[in-house]
Amino acid sequence: MTARIGVVTFPGSLDDRDTQRAIRLAGAEPVALWHKDKNLHQVDAVVLPGGFSYGDYLRAGAISRFSPVMEPVIEQAKAGLPVLGICNGFQILTEAHLLPGGMLGNDHLHFICRDQKLRVENAATSWTSDYSAGQEIHIPLKNMDGRYVADQYTLDKLEAEGRVAFRYLDFNPNGSLNDIAGITNEAGNVVGLMPHPEHAVEPLIGSGRTDGLPFFTSILKKLVNA
Amino acid sequence: MSRTPLDTVEHAAATPDVELPWAELGLKKDEYERVVEILGRRPTGAELAMYSVMWSEHCSYKSSKVHLRQFGEKAPQSDALLVGIGENAGVVDVGQGYAVTFKVESHNHPSYVEPYQGAATGVGGIVRDIIAMGARPVAVVDPLRFGAADHPDTKRVLPGVVAGIGGYGNCLGLPNIGGEVVFDACYQGNPLVNAGAIGVMRHEDIHLAKASGAGNKVILYGARTGGDGIGGASILASETFDDAKPSKRPAVQVGDPFQEKLLIECTLEAFKEKLVVGIQDLGAAGLSCATSELASNGSGGMRVTLDDVPLRDSTLSPEEILMSESQERMCAVVEPEKVDRFLEICDKWDVIATVIGEVTDGDRLEIFWHGGKIVDVDPRTVAHDGPVYERPYARPSWQDELQADDANKLPRPGTSEELRQQVLQLVASPNQASKKWITSQYDHFVQGNTVLAQPEDSGMIRIDEESGLGVAIATDGNGRYAKLDPYAGAQLALSEAYRNVATTGAKPLAVSDCLNFGSPEDPAVMWQFAEAIRGLADACQQLGTPVTGGNVSLYNQTGEVAIHPTPVVAVLGVIDDVARRTPVAFQEEGQLLYLLGDTREEFGGSAWSQVVHDHLGGLPPKVDLERERLLAEILIAASRDGMIDSAHDLSDGGLIQAVVESALLGGKGARLVVPDGLDAFTFLFSESAGRAVVAVPRSEEVRFNDMCGARGLPVTRIGVVDGESVELQGEFELSLDELRRAHEETIPALLK
Repeated sequence: MTARIGVVTFPGSLDDRDTQRAIRLAGAEPVALWHKDKNLHQVDAVVLPGGFSYGDYLRAGAISRFSPVMEPVIEQAKAGLPVLGICNGFQILTEAHLLPGGMLGNDHLHFICRDQKLRVENAATSWTSDYSAGQEIHIPLKNMDGRYVADQYTLDKLEAEGRVAFRYLDFNPNGSLNDIAGITNEAGNVVGLMPHPEHAVEPLIGSGRTDGLPFFTSILKKLVNA
Repeated sequence: MSRTPLDTVEHAAATPDVELPWAELGLKKDEYERVVEILGRRPTGAELAMYSVMWSEHCSYKSSKVHLRQFGEKAPQSDALLVGIGENAGVVDVGQGYAVTFKVESHNHPSYVEPYQGAATGVGGIVRDIIAMGARPVAVVDPLRFGAADHPDTKRVLPGVVAGIGGYGNCLGLPNIGGEVVFDACYQGNPLVNAGAIGVMRHEDIHLAKASGAGNKVILYGARTGGDGIGGASILASETFDDAKPSKRPAVQVGDPFQEKLLIECTLEAFKEKLVVGIQDLGAAGLSCATSELASNGSGGMRVTLDDVPLRDSTLSPEEILMSESQERMCAVVEPEKVDRFLEICDKWDVIATVIGEVTDGDRLEIFWHGGKIVDVDPRTVAHDGPVYERPYARPSWQDELQADDANKLPRPGTSEELRQQVLQLVASPNQASKKWITSQYDHFVQGNTVLAQPEDSGMIRIDEESGLGVAIATDGNGRYAKLDPYAGAQLALSEAYRNVATTGAKPLAVSDCLNFGSPEDPAVMWQFAEAIRGLADACQQLGTPVTGGNVSLYNQTGEVAIHPTPVVAVLGVIDDVARRTPVAFQEEGQLLYLLGDTREEFGGSAWSQVVHDHLGGLPPKVDLERERLLAEILIAASRDGMIDSAHDLSDGGLIQAVVESALLGGKGARLVVPDGLDAFTFLFSESAGRAVVAVPRSEEVRFNDMCGARGLPVTRIGVVDGESVELQGEFELSLDELRRAHEETIPALLK
């Protein structure tokens, strides 16, 4: 018995197939979901992958957030369905108000692609339990609009509740407030981050590390043991 | 341009004396007369529009054709070539049922006029060429050349070009895995923006640009047609820049990468369901090109109703519709019973698709507008029978003097301290400095198959997850060498790209090229062009790597001043298992460093002569293709059998540049010793071809030496991977920190 993890393809999604591969390598079953799907085909969890859905026109994630598939995603996420948003997926989650805050253009105004050092701040979410709190990992980062912002109240709340899941270490690549790379909702089932764990799952490919694999093994263990 | 009444074929025949604006459209008088002769009457406005763009230098290769033939005539026997020159891109068999298509194209002129859009649409165009062959694009590479690094205009052009390439390629989800960035004052008014792409497909998925089968429908899909890029091929890309003429900015197209991403997915889905008989992308010359090429490559004729073309601007005249270079459009030929399914797939991807015509059993291309026939031509005369020029060429009078100005006689460093200073100066010079500021703006992780990306010697992509089969690509060119000797310069470009592919462990298979030169109307430029092609064709024949296609960019000059002749060569290689790839970075302390090949006093055109003396003269390094082949065989065997852990080819900057790069990338230093028979200066800075430096684990030392000895490749132990510095024994020591600052701070500081 394995877990079925859906990966949504929006028009302009780029890392959807890469995410499916990462899910497969972790031992779970990837299920392709289409942005026009009105139901989630009984998947046990959903990943919103990276890319430039709708070309990032208007504002990153702002159009995708209204895709038909987002209705059941939002509804079920509120009821506990594990959802992971990677990069553009994180932007969509904030646009959908499943996670607080939002993303602005990088402070240096350039696209940036690098192998980024992070600290795992919260190892208790559905997607991070295979890490240990305080663990330092390297995960590729690549974005144009990655600067996490939120009002002071929200930032204080996130910090106080331990909901900053990942923090940039050594170098803040985009000007994110509090060096925030990723956050979780209160329940710990919805997680979003700018770096791309699906590009760090094979020793030979991409960054040449496998620091991203625990995202997918974490959720698999949670679902299978549930 | 629209006239009243409608300029139909009938109207043209009845009004032979009407003057048409052929000169404004870039046609020469004799070319216009030839059109009249072909048609037996004056052309209609629409026909004139088609001939003018299709007979432009950019589309017709009229000045270069007579020379390019050598690539076919001298083509080596190769079982790997599945589709050769003449299609959208060549296709190469890489084994296990996979075929790979790759090509490099120029987008030089538009990128100078409007850097962001010019470069972005360059990526878009080459990617559509790859899709049109039936392949999924898997990577892009970008060989770039700019004016002097410290020139104010470089600060306008470079950031725009880089952002354009990133903005478009990143949004398409294509990893950018290679290319070059070169600065030289000769490119000041004529930057070179070459864009390459690779695609992968199964053998049975190869598609061609031809319209056959009477009754089959011609479907235009993708973006709506607008007024952008009108005359891009004829007026922009086929003329010299001239301050006196009006701005050419309106001739540059505007790109929408999101639309192109949808176009890719939609086209691949249609291929998968075998719905497509023939396909062509719309690039230079837009619909004029797509319709005439599809029709002339097919068995019949074609009838098109121009009124059915979806427009962004309803006021466009038929001539403008035919000439528009609006991006993100493709044209497919589909059997009538499959049209519905094709349109359904387009609809799924929110791509606009319209039947605009059909294949006929005649042999004419007929185009209608508002019920009138405005084009009636033999499509071959538009697409293939353009003018062919035997342009005069002559070895320039200054060539002897240039070659006599021997770089080997330049003053050399006299003390250890001078030597040390010049090493620092070299690795910090804009051409030798780290290009991280540029490459970090490109996504090289997307698709999850990138094994190697720049600054590695070649980019490498896994194409089969089970077997580990992969392909590698390297692009190289050295305008300075080519200026000194275009024949040798082209061969050195091939040698370097070939060597770069082999250095990473892949076997070189095939070649594509992008030939950037000045005005063909200048006999000196034409001589450079002819020599470069002769050199490249001869070398490809000897190395057994066929040219699969390519691109020629002429008129890269402003006024009388041409760029250095710059043939850029791309070599594609295959590796059975990407796990065997060899990276540039030093891996482990204690490993032994070996120099492979012969080092001679060769400084003509070298980075050292440029950086230290601002000098260009003498002869480029000697070409030895048999040595390149032997070196490649050794590097591939050593990689496959695990005898080396890192390798770096030696090229511009020589040995010290290569060692510093390997050290900085690996975070491990090196202790070097000058070998017997060489002086320290030549050892460090010579640019002799056919060389590489490798790091050999001690356990493999005997085996590796035996292999090189048995095959007759000179191999010299030059040091060991060790410590936190690069040290040349008895001469100098440079800490990695100091080298890193020198190497990495230059480009960001220039572009701040």
